Amino acid sequence: MDATAFPYGLRVLVVDDDPTWLKILEKMLRKCSYEVTTCGLARVALDILRERKNKFDIVISDVNMPDMDGFKLLEHIGLEMDLPVIMMSIDGETSRVMKGVQHGACDYLLKPVRMKELRNIWQHVYRKKMHEVKEIEGNDSCDDLQILRNSFEGLDEKSLFMRSDSDTMRKRKDMDKDHADQESSDGNTVKKARVVWSVDLHQKFVNAVNQIGFDKVGPKKILDLMNVPGLTRENVASHLQKYRLYLSRLQKQNEERILGAARQDFSHKGTSENLNLRSSFQEQPNIGNGYPHASQNIQTQTKMLDSQLEDTKSTLPLPAPDKKRTLVSDVADSQNVTSASSLGGVLSFKSLPVNQDRKPSETMILECQTWSGGIPSKQFMQYPKHNHERCDLLGDYSCLPKPDLEHPVGPSNLYTPPPLISMSCSMEGGARDFSDVKPAIMDCIKSLSPAMRCTVDSVSVQLSDSVVTSTDGDLKFSSVDGSPSNKDCCLDQTNSQGTLRPSPESSIIGGTELASLPDDLPNYPLHGVSFENIGLSSIDLLHYSDAMILSGLQNNWYDELEFSSDMMDYPSIDLFV
Amino acid sequence: MDYSNLRRQAASMKKSLFDQGYLDEQFCQVEDLQDEASPNFVEEVVTLFFKDSGRLMSNIEQALEKYPRDFSRWDAYMQQLKGSCSSIGASRMKNECMSFRDSCGQGNVEGCMRSFQKVKREHAVLRQKLESYFQLLRQAGPAGAATRPVM
Repeated sequence: MDATAFPYGLRVLVVDDDPTWLKILEKMLRKCSYEVTTCGLARVALDILRERKNKFDIVISDVNMPDMDGFKLLEHIGLEMDLPVIMMSIDGETSRVMKGVQHGACDYLLKPVRMKELRNIWQHVYRKKMHEVKEIEGNDSCDDLQILRNSFEGLDEKSLFMRSDSDTMRKRKDMDKDHADQESSDGNTVKKARVVWSVDLHQKFVNAVNQIGFDKVGPKKILDLMNVPGLTRENVASHLQKYRLYLSRLQKQNEERILGAARQDFSHKGTSENLNLRSSFQEQPNIGNGYPHASQNIQTQTKMLDSQLEDTKSTLPLPAPDKKRTLVSDVADSQNVTSASSLGGVLSFKSLPVNQDRKPSETMILECQTWSGGIPSKQFMQYPKHNHERCDLLGDYSCLPKPDLEHPVGPSNLYTPPPLISMSCSMEGGARDFSDVKPAIMDCIKSLSPAMRCTVDSVSVQLSDSVVTSTDGDLKFSSVDGSPSNKDCCLDQTNSQGTLRPSPESSIIGGTELASLPDDLPNYPLHGVSFENIGLSSIDLLHYSDAMILSGLQNNWYDELEFSSDMMDYPSIDLFV
Repeated sequence: MDYSNLRRQAASMKKSLFDQGYLDEQFCQVEDLQDEASPNFVEEVVTLFFKDSGRLMSNIEQALEKYPRDFSRWDAYMQQLKGSCSSIGASRMKNECMSFRDSCGQGNVEGCMRSFQKVKREHAVLRQKLESYFQLLRQAGPAGAATRPVM
């Protein structure tokens, strides 16, 4: 590998609500020989990133966006995907820049952005890789390091930013030769079977972790203990990472809940539910350990996990160990929008085989996480990834006008204890097809109080007993028989408009309220992305924006059935025709 | 048809837009992006700008009416518009946006209203001028459209 070669093909995701800027930036980045995907909505961007976590090297995002505060997006990305994020703004005020830095932006560009600034963004990716190597070096066995080293060594320009995650490698079609290099160290074939983290497998994993003890846990040890043939250390490693994130999110949620109750800010519809749910929430996960502090630094996580071991009901705000990202908030600081640890939230535990004995194809478990009416927006902002209430679905809840609703996947789904809220829409007769399931979901949703906006953070579709979280967090629709895989709903990264090619079964419906979506979504355009005929039944990741700059925007948001150009504050559709 | 003459006219028109402060350096940056892969890039961007800024402005207009004295809202909307102006280098318009935001900061409703009218006017004027400019470029022929007139 030529270390001095320019990283052509750096995969950039640009997020900006201004279509003019989006077009210009795209062109600029293309001229830098980068591979560009554009997106006009923060939440769609998140969906995209979640969907194809390992398909991007860096994200550039505007700070002022109507559907989500850019800083919040920044946090999400940092926590969930650990990608470098560059912020952009027309506002160059030091305080804003500072905020960006605090939220973990690796750079802050002022608009109008110049080509030369964009040309240099690759350095952030490199830098991050270097850090990752160091981290892994310090933390785990040398295996990780070895793999990363292999990955760096075997790289040509294109593969330069390949991650060591085996799933990433699998996805990059042009990576075969490097795959061989990298995976040979584990004795795996190039085309690895996708690991399916079934309940059983995960339970083994959890048991192993518990047995080892959080402070001593490492992929190798877990792997040995689990004694599952065919499971690789990488599988375990990446699963472990997610697990930690998940736990940290839980931790934060619990803290928030406790604090929230203490604050008594609520308009009280939800308070009791808060408390009830909190307590059950605390007991619920079978993790058996404390709530580790959120941190992206695995090393740090390990340490924190240890300290939390005994105290499952810890309400102590945890110190912020992570130096890289100062995302961990003061729990007490309600103004701090950046409480990022909870953002670790949308973990890729997306498949929730809660009922193993049910015919998988007949069960769709819809995790519907809703806000109780009482939660003030401040708190939302603080812990955007709230698994706040697993409300009684049929309860009467009124949603907050400004909820922050980055809802994590319910942990209950993953772990055997029954979920707090789980809408099970059982389908009679195998619903093989998402479109069959769709009406059921809609019915479930509609049974909710109309005032309540159900944020379906992730719909776990268990359509086969092999539906499980992927080790890289992909939505596992592809595991459904006969369903098109996620690739159908993918971003054409060379498509300058970032249009999603939808398939009936797949969907990333960003920015849409599930409750108010029509059954059919023909030409359901979103800013920057246009869909054609997307079936609703597949997983919808809906996120409420928590930090809508203007409350009026939020009102509009909820009032509109469709995310259409009628909405006052949203850009007209199909800008990229 | 005297294409070279048309091209000269286009160049001169463009120069005057710069001289009079309608456009700034950013416009050149956008022009630099135009290439064989996207031969009408500038016009496309400008069209997009006017379409989107029109929407933003009507948002502001509605907000001025619907949310009286809601300066933070007005300001936020205007911030969006200002950002948009910066994309093509719509300098005058951007300045008016800034003075609107100043008025917001001062809680000066009257000032806001006046500024907004100015923003609208600058928007209309720029649109008209650029439309003429592009028309001239088109008439000047593909060569004229593709090359950047020398300033």
